[in-house]
Amino acid sequence: MDWSTVLTNAATSLVGLQTIVYALAAVGLNLHFGYTGLLNFGQAAFAAVGAYGLAIVVASAGLPLPVGLAAGLAGSVVLSVLLGLPTLRLRADYLAIATIAAAEILRISARSSTLREFTGGASGINGFTEPFHDLNPLPPGTYGFGPWRYHERDLWVLLVGWTVLAVCCLVVWLLVRSPWGRVLRGIREDEDAARGLGKNVYAYKMQALAIGGVIGTLAGFVYALGQGSVQPDLYGTELTFFAYTVLLLGGVARVLGPVVGAAIFWVVLSLTDTVLRGAVDEGWLTFMSTTQVGQVRFMLVGLALMFLMIFRPQGIFGDPRQIALDAR
Amino acid sequence: MTHDRSPSTPADRPPGPETLRGGPGAAKPDPILVVDGLQRRFGGLVAVDVDHLEVQRGSITALIGPNGAGKTTLFNLLTGFDRADHGTWTFDGRPVHGVPAHRLVRSGMVRTFQLTKVLSRMTVLENMRLGAPEQRGEGLLRALVRPLWARQEAEITARAEALLTRFALGRMRDEYAGSLSGGQRKLLEMARALMTSPRMVMLDEPMAGVNPALTQTLLDHVRTLRDEGMTVLFVEHDMDMVRDISDWVVVMAQGRVIAEGPPAVVMSDPAVVDAYLGAHHDAPLTGSLQEDRP
Ligand SMILES: Nc1ncnc2c1ncn2[C@@H]1O[C@H](COP(=O)(O)OP(=O)(O)OP(=O)(O)O)[C@@H](O)[C@H]1O
Ligand SMILES: [Mg+2]
Repeated sequence: MDWSTVLTNAATSLVGLQTIVYALAAVGLNLHFGYTGLLNFGQAAFAAVGAYGLAIVVASAGLPLPVGLAAGLAGSVVLSVLLGLPTLRLRADYLAIATIAAAEILRISARSSTLREFTGGASGINGFTEPFHDLNPLPPGTYGFGPWRYHERDLWVLLVGWTVLAVCCLVVWLLVRSPWGRVLRGIREDEDAARGLGKNVYAYKMQALAIGGVIGTLAGFVYALGQGSVQPDLYGTELTFFAYTVLLLGGVARVLGPVVGAAIFWVVLSLTDTVLRGAVDEGWLTFMSTTQVGQVRFMLVGLALMFLMIFRPQGIFGDPRQIALDAR
Repeated sequence: MTHDRSPSTPADRPPGPETLRGGPGAAKPDPILVVDGLQRRFGGLVAVDVDHLEVQRGSITALIGPNGAGKTTLFNLLTGFDRADHGTWTFDGRPVHGVPAHRLVRSGMVRTFQLTKVLSRMTVLENMRLGAPEQRGEGLLRALVRPLWARQEAEITARAEALLTRFALGRMRDEYAGSLSGGQRKLLEMARALMTSPRMVMLDEPMAGVNPALTQTLLDHVRTLRDEGMTVLFVEHDMDMVRDISDWVVVMAQGRVIAEGPPAVVMSDPAVVDAYLGAHHDAPLTGSLQEDRP
């Protein structure tokens, strides 16, 4: 087995596109679930609205990039309002049901042949990233050091992606340390208590849903621009559940938890993937084929997550005292 | 039930409520809260059915009654946490039925819960700060710019610390509220309610589970609230405490107000004793009260 390939792959996963995208999606979920207690199981929908909004406006309608970004963000806020208006006055589980259903409806509609003219059906849309790469200030060439070597186009995506992620983390940090963030935590702990102290719970939940959703939409932008295409099946329920995994790994209600969680998640997936594949190729593992490796590594992730929940339920960064209190 | 304004209370000589004649629906010289025809049903059960009730401004009024009498439901209705089937009520002269709970708090009416609602995974101090009204940093955009709210935050913190000291929670300020004992949670909830700068506080069994050594100071705090001009309406099962502290007592049974008056009078009322002991379970309680009244 080529151990240097194993390590190079792991090192690129550490800072790669997937890490950024899932970290962003989880930063949004952290605001929903970690700080406000909202169960959003449709983060994929917010990402899809970003990716498709951008792709449709730029590729199909031929409008400039900023219009595409604006369309994605507007769509995201509209989606929050549509999901939040009827459900946020009700118990938490109603939002969960509405969001997961909405995400699947969006994905299935995007992939339907009826809408192929706009969404490209199952094969999706491509050819909308040139305006983005036209903005790239880096001259053509290869950049980087050690295991991290990128062409100017990939590096541009990563630079923008990490910048967006850093800004989102900063904004979330500013928000959650403020009295506004305190109201969110009050709502998470006990909605009626917050209401009984004069807080307009419904309005705060709506704001939290919209902001976390917009961060999910930014994840969709980065994903679409990094991949150079949008495909409906990238925005399935796995995206949401991987983002939750990332959030739990890093530690709920911690500003940087999602970033750490995403990095660990994708490095571990990369390591298990290359190591298992190598082991099969070398003939060390005879009971599976390289095509089965993809599934096996997710089983391992599931197992790891189980152990994490048993032995460190607060995640890597979380505060163990908070979990202890939860049991009451 | 008719609401008979007592003729012995001319408007030009506003007496303290203790000199008023009792009886369900008795008029008060300067009521802060007036309830009319309030009804709430749960299926076939009439949980609250109050024809008329007034709460005197600046007094301590106790609301007593056997378990299931509808005291908590009445609180929930008045504070906007539950929806009435019928009825109207005014707070400080303004009709407030149908007003959402959070806006009632802003207009000066705050309540605590029978089952304490401390915010477990927040510190005691954060619990307190959350109670402060009109915080600039609670707006989404201003929240981002700390200098806009830092001064106010410092003032809020100072106020919170003073209240915590008063409620013997000063040493707990940085502990998670979830680690407090049951009695301390009651204290925290009451202190936190006071952070909203209310004009009327409604306490649902504030003393339940509080260490007896502390109840006396808590009672003193409640008296202080009245002396500071606040109106207190509280539910309590401990009759000694009710006698000790309240200016006026309202008795509920099976959703209705069956008696009200000064503590000494009400507590010797046979109808009240019956309601508590359940002797005349099927008899119309208000009827028996009227028979007994001179
Ligand atoms: N949400 C509800 N659904 C159905 N019935 C209810 C509901 N809330 C209260 N009740 C019923 O209404 C009646 C009044 O209840 P409430 O809690 O107001 O009594 P209480 O006077 O506060 O009693 P306690 O002294 O035990 O706290 C009870 O019979 C109760 O079972
Ligand atoms: Mg009760």
